[in-house]
Amino acid sequence: MTIDWVHFTPWSALLGGFAIGAAAAALILGAGRILGAAGILGGALRLKPGDTGWRLALIAGLVLAPSVMTILGGLDRPRIEASWPLLIVGGLLVGFGTRLGSGCTSGHGVCGLARLSLRSFVATGLFMIAGFATVFLARHVIG
Amino acid sequence: MRNLLSFGIGLLFGIGLCISGMIGPNKVLAFLDLAGQWDPSLALVMGGAVLVGILGFSFAKTRERDLLGGPIELPAAAPIDAQLICGSAIFGIGWGLVGFCPGPAIVDVGFLDPRALVFVAAMAIGMAIYEVAHLRAPASLALEQDA
Repeated sequence: MTIDWVHFTPWSALLGGFAIGAAAAALILGAGRILGAAGILGGALRLKPGDTGWRLALIAGLVLAPSVMTILGGLDRPRIEASWPLLIVGGLLVGFGTRLGSGCTSGHGVCGLARLSLRSFVATGLFMIAGFATVFLARHVIG
Repeated sequence: MRNLLSFGIGLLFGIGLCISGMIGPNKVLAFLDLAGQWDPSLALVMGGAVLVGILGFSFAKTRERDLLGGPIELPAAAPIDAQLICGSAIFGIGWGLVGFCPGPAIVDVGFLDPRALVFVAAMAIGMAIYEVAHLRAPASLALEQDA
């Protein structure tokens, strides 16, 4: 393992992490819900009366974040290099997997770990191992 | 009020994802590439978020009502079952293929990038497939945990 010191951004990573954690704390204390992106979007698809508005409002906030960042001080648009077929396959797997597994990086990886849930520790360990293994295969075995 | 609060929280969550670098799939893939030039940044994103989250959730556990007077819905304890294990593994494979997990992919729709739009559309279809399978399945599959 060699650490890429050139691209390592510890301070912005920590600062961004604090903001994500603050958002999770604000949602559970303010509106009594778990800040999990997959759960919030997946639940919105059910269109259950009385349980859809807050989900759509939160998603709208997420989508508007780049515009606010651009106004505040500029933000480079990230490059997305995956091919179209890969984007579709990856999207289907992420959508189905996060719902079957009851959570994603924010639901299990942030909120679940923060509330010391054993299920979330297992889920987070598994999706990280699967992610490491997939990138290893794609970049160092097949690629 | 509830919707306004949720909107502000979504904005804060999105800004955190932007600052942290997680909105860039290349940054995420560089974290997942242990055998290459490894960028450990995302471990600090998660660490920072969990640290602040622990404070929020330990306080939430002492309360029954949220600020708006509604119930605080902490996920109920559930067993570590096949769905949790298979779902998390499937998610991790998709994450490793593209470098997107749900939150950052939704944020990147805000750049009007067609690639982010296609990913999020496919992700929503994947979620809808789960909903349909889940409705048809017997009660043993009907695990209700919104995390």
